[in-house]
Amino acid sequence: MSYQPIKFYQTGTFTVGNRLLPPEQRSVQAQQKRYNSLNSGHRACQGCGEALGARYAIDAAMEATNGRLICANATGCLEVFSTPYPETSWQVPWIHSLFGNTAAVATGIAAALKVKMQKGERRHIRVVAQGGDGGTTDIGFGCLSGMFERNDDVLFICYDNGGYMNTGIQRSSATPPAARTATTPAVGETPGNVFGQGKFVPAIALAHDIPYVATATVADLRDLEAKVRRAMELSGARYLHILVPCPLGWGFASHETIKMARLAKETGLFPVFEAEHGEITAVLPIRHPLPVEEYLKPQKRFAHLFAPRLRTDVLTRLQALADRNIQRYGLLEKP
Amino acid sequence: MMDKPFAITLDPGSSLANRTGSWRTFRPVYVDRLPPCNAACPAGENIQGWLFHAESGEYEAAWRTLVEHNPLPAIMGRVCYHPCEGACNRQHLDAAVGINAVERFLGDEAIRRGWRFSSDAPPSGKRVLVIGSGPAGLSCAYHLRRLGHAVTIDEAAAQAGGMMRYGIPKYRLPRDILDAEIARLIDFGIELRLNRKVSDVLAAKAEGFDAVFLGVGAHIAKRAYIPAGDANKVLDAVSVLHGMEEAGPPLLGRRVVVYGGGNTALDVARTARRLGAEEAIIVYRRTREKMPAHDFEVEEALQEGITFKWLSTIKEAGEEDILIEKMALDEKGFPQPTGEFERIPADSVVLALGQEADLSLLQNVPGLSIEQGLVKVDATMMTGHAGIFAGGDMVGNERTVTVAVGHGKKAARAIDAWLKGESYVPAAKHELATFERLNTWYYSDAPKTVRPVLDIIRRQSTFDEVLGGLDEGNALFEARRCLSCGNCFECDNCYGVCPDNAVIKLGPGQRFRFNYDYCKGCGICAAECPCGAIKMVPEEI
Repeated sequence: MSYQPIKFYQTGTFTVGNRLLPPEQRSVQAQQKRYNSLNSGHRACQGCGEALGARYAIDAAMEATNGRLICANATGCLEVFSTPYPETSWQVPWIHSLFGNTAAVATGIAAALKVKMQKGERRHIRVVAQGGDGGTTDIGFGCLSGMFERNDDVLFICYDNGGYMNTGIQRSSATPPAARTATTPAVGETPGNVFGQGKFVPAIALAHDIPYVATATVADLRDLEAKVRRAMELSGARYLHILVPCPLGWGFASHETIKMARLAKETGLFPVFEAEHGEITAVLPIRHPLPVEEYLKPQKRFAHLFAPRLRTDVLTRLQALADRNIQRYGLLEKP
Repeated sequence: MMDKPFAITLDPGSSLANRTGSWRTFRPVYVDRLPPCNAACPAGENIQGWLFHAESGEYEAAWRTLVEHNPLPAIMGRVCYHPCEGACNRQHLDAAVGINAVERFLGDEAIRRGWRFSSDAPPSGKRVLVIGSGPAGLSCAYHLRRLGHAVTIDEAAAQAGGMMRYGIPKYRLPRDILDAEIARLIDFGIELRLNRKVSDVLAAKAEGFDAVFLGVGAHIAKRAYIPAGDANKVLDAVSVLHGMEEAGPPLLGRRVVVYGGGNTALDVARTARRLGAEEAIIVYRRTREKMPAHDFEVEEALQEGITFKWLSTIKEAGEEDILIEKMALDEKGFPQPTGEFERIPADSVVLALGQEADLSLLQNVPGLSIEQGLVKVDATMMTGHAGIFAGGDMVGNERTVTVAVGHGKKAARAIDAWLKGESYVPAAKHELATFERLNTWYYSDAPKTVRPVLDIIRRQSTFDEVLGGLDEGNALFEARRCLSCGNCFECDNCYGVCPDNAVIKLGPGQRFRFNYDYCKGCGICAAECPCGAIKMVPEEI
């Protein structure tokens, strides 16, 4: 287990920093001179979870590699808001790719770096590929699975906001059941996204038996940073799936981004765990168990479950999904 | 002329050129809100402020912050009824922070390490006379001295401390602690003259003083007429407790009855028990719920074997017993006689029916007015006679050490302003940091530290201190339970959670600043601030 929460009063490791902790135990994000890999002035919406998650993850990767890092970026929100020509928000070597081939581009960079090292390059430069859930779980999935099975030396980070947000909030294979999107309207007997469709890519990555698979949310920074650090200690194909709430697509106020991520984790709808070589090694346990309604109710994409009539039947099915996660990953067990 | 690669026409630029601050309709601002503990403290302590230093283990800095408002932390850490803890926001999570225990730890630490007061105010050349060396007088003298004035305290008794010495029993306030904190004040340059009873305040002032502070307390016991035989002893609480310090323990006999329901009644009963009384009975005309004494003291008294006769009044005191009449509460909650009588054996009766101030020194002071036995003061603690101020038990009915210390401080500030020819205006108070403003997710789960309590046999036979203190380890733990309500404690949350890097970290002790060029006004920082120190205000558009 790489993340040991510190019960150090008054806030332990719950907050971003803690002046009472020794400097080596403080987070990367708490550093006065942090990398800010994704700089100010980007055009993400107010309260964007993805902008936050990307800075958390890439800053942590920069810290772990001492700044020797190249990023390949899939098309999607993240790319659109960070690099409108001719501006860039990235303070890291960064390459654009197509929507579907990021994993392959990263594989190519890793191969090129390997050749360079054979030709005398002394620096050990690492590669991160990143994209949204559309570019990961749908369009880029073939390249991603290939990268996994070849065990290429790449960390692939998926920022999961559950849909195609910059094109107008269409469904992806990471959209949760019952959620309303532009392509799964809240009409009919089974409104919103269909139950029994979609996929949970961390579990598929796990099935590849790659060196490292983990999930995280923007609500648990210390856990997220520890996972990036662990991933960069290992070589080969690694996968990190970060839940990044989207105020626009999910329909909540811009100040509730972190709260939504926290509720997703605390209700059990989004399991937070890590695995090495196909075996789960740790989970981030639920601290204060909550029913799924707590998470669903503040989001407009689930509003049809509460009005004009309460859809207890649908809520029961969603609760069953959360309960299955809790059971499957042991989310209520004390560490 | 293009010397750029194919299809490139512009130089690469940074998104810093894009000032996203223009999107904002609300702006976050850092605020300091008033923590409920500070708001509830009658002495006006900055509790959250000194806990902040104690959290980092900087005990001397914590103590120095504490004594900016209260010069008697070791005393206060023992005798204060801690309204701060009653207001503490942490009680809604698990249990209130043990503020009183940490205060006592800091006070004891200061005595152990010999920390002294300091002031860099230049001498003002003004002289102030303080009459009475109780908590109000000592506090006033201390604050005046801090402000650069020369202070002389006249005390009628043989030792300083007022009711802290002659009213509070040793098992609650050991005398070495009291002596140490008074000695530190003398060492600070305050002149103390003992055995000097002031009988005419104007004459005393005329001996070269620019202003006077009155803090003579309330030392005269209220009496109730009880027909008594010659052999039976009817005493009053003030002289019993006073006797413990000067003349020696009074002879109370084996069976002692105490009449009254305040903290003083409990003090006397518990003192009698320690002096060897086999029975100490408190007779009170109403019920336990209506008793003015604090519940924890009733509880401690019960543990020590004190018995209570609720709903009873004493009709007469005979040679070896007393006659009590049972009472019943009417629909308004007032006790009414029932006509039912009972005799209980008693060797002595101690009346603890409240105290009054001896105001004889104030006769013939023009403008000064007295109402219902209390000296009337204005909002700045000044009496009707310009230059004469008053505080403590003689001006109000909320008679605690803490209130007196608060009066002394307030009066000192007002005297300082008055001596300069100004009028004292207290600083405006911040908005209250209510529980709803906190994001309690971020605080570690931490139950309150229980203080050690002296075992029961020693509590029935000795005057050893009942409640123990914290050691350094658990004092630090307890301090770190503070939620820092309404005041930034540099947890870096705002700095971390901003998706736009629009928070600038200024370094340890310097807090943070918003970069409004890029802040989009999403409000995550305010929502995720654990202590509610960020406020979203509408932009003027």
